[in-house]
Amino acid sequence: MIGHNRTVREQHEGGGRGASVRRRGASGGPGNYLARHLQTFFYALGQLSLKPFSTLMMVAVIGIALAMPAGLHVLLRNVQQVLGGWDSAAQLSLFLHHQTGEAEALALAAQLRQRQGIGSVEYISSMQAMAEFQRHSGFGEALSALEENPLPPVLVVYPAIELQGPELLAQLRQELSAEQAVEIAQLDMQWVKRLYALMDIGQRGVWVLAAMFALGVLLVVGNTIRLAIQNRRDEIIIIKLIGGTDAFIRRPFLYTGFWYGLLGGVVALILIELALWLLSGPVNQLALLYSSEFRLARSDLLTAASLLGGGLLLGLCGSWLAVGRHLRAIEPT
Amino acid sequence: MIRFTDVSKRYPGGYEALSNLSFHLAQGEMAFLTGHSGAGKSTLLKLIALIERPSGGQVVVHGQNLAKVSRRRIPFHRRNIGIIFQDHRLLFDRTVFDNVALPLVIAGYSREETGRRVRAALDKVGLLSKEKLYPITLSGGEQQRVGIARAVINKPALLLADEPTGNLDPELSREIMGIFEQFNRVGVTVLIASHDMALIEQMPHRMLRLEQGRLVLGGEE
Repeated sequence: MIGHNRTVREQHEGGGRGASVRRRGASGGPGNYLARHLQTFFYALGQLSLKPFSTLMMVAVIGIALAMPAGLHVLLRNVQQVLGGWDSAAQLSLFLHHQTGEAEALALAAQLRQRQGIGSVEYISSMQAMAEFQRHSGFGEALSALEENPLPPVLVVYPAIELQGPELLAQLRQELSAEQAVEIAQLDMQWVKRLYALMDIGQRGVWVLAAMFALGVLLVVGNTIRLAIQNRRDEIIIIKLIGGTDAFIRRPFLYTGFWYGLLGGVVALILIELALWLLSGPVNQLALLYSSEFRLARSDLLTAASLLGGGLLLGLCGSWLAVGRHLRAIEPT
Repeated sequence: MIRFTDVSKRYPGGYEALSNLSFHLAQGEMAFLTGHSGAGKSTLLKLIALIERPSGGQVVVHGQNLAKVSRRRIPFHRRNIGIIFQDHRLLFDRTVFDNVALPLVIAGYSREETGRRVRAALDKVGLLSKEKLYPITLSGGEQQRVGIARAVINKPALLLADEPTGNLDPELSREIMGIFEQFNRVGVTVLIASHDMALIEQMPHRMLRLEQGRLVLGGEE
């Protein structure tokens, strides 16, 4: 230790200079503050990369939990798109009055074709209807015994593609039943309504699932951070002893949660894209069989953004919960 | 620098670690706090560093009544005090450099300023060549010197040491005490808790003697 006397004296005798240096060095201007945050931000990422296996496990758990509801949401949107096509396949049957002549019926058909919201109109005369009925019903013999044809002429109306949703269809039916020649306008809406009700349940289910999985992610991240805090108990105590503030100690844990959440969101996005890619082959084949142009839609930008944003928010909140609960309990003794 | 007035510390359960302590340690003074284990030496140091709060009486450090330091302000109080522990309390997953730099990192110093100061502090304790090593590879005496470098890096006006030579042989102990004397010579107030009487009695410094929580030597009535 000989010879250090001089150095020590120099260090401390330059007290005035030292003090000014300290003020300059520690002056936590906004730039400095930001730099410190940035440093911790990447330090937390570096810490995670030191334990790649456990980090990967953690991120995968979060990713799967996020992918479940988000993937279901994407699928549901696809189903909705398919249903949109089916809506327009719904048809209205206009049963005309018995005495309506063929010319009158055809004129009405021509008139309806001009209307907005109607795709095409098909005329079935009472004779055609009878022939078809005889062919398909199996009552052929019995029917030919009838003196008079009991079936009315029918106009089958196919609504335009743009006309979607049960309300608009019901409105169209209302309008058409007001036509003079029309005795009964029938729209088999029941199945469309049921389908929409099912879709509503599905949508609600996605939200319930999302809420449950979000809670799961929150707890998983919270628990992991809690363990991390416990593992670094000695370090936390030492930092508190030499003047580290709660904010300083909290920061790396919060950023760790942030990274977990963000990376989990990325994993979820990858999982969803992967699932869609795996499904797209069979779906295209099915669409081909229905001679449909339908293609499985990828997750859109909004879904991706909310997945990443939601992930990092959940990670941050989870670690905040753990840090708030457990950091205060660790004090030097 | 440090003034205790009628300070008592009673732990839950009724054990009284300190009773009616009064003493004053002037700025620039160096003193030893002695007594058997359990006499209250550590408790006294903890009161100064606000690791514990007194049950009665008043502690003033740097002219600041510690009763008025809120929980949120404790870190800033501790930054003005260098504390040295018997078990060194180093972070074993960080290099010597990073260990010594920690107080400056906490206080938010720039990288250049930190590097400059850490090297100066390591030079003071004779460990400049070991900055890249991990503490586990150092001897007990060297680890304690790292602890001292970390304690003085913030240039605190007050150094507290709790049995700094507890695990060291006599020669290393003398060396460590020598380092403390150097800091004292340049104006740092030093308070060292130690029961190493053989060593302390060789040194011409004030002695505060605790027995069962009472000051029997060096205090004031």
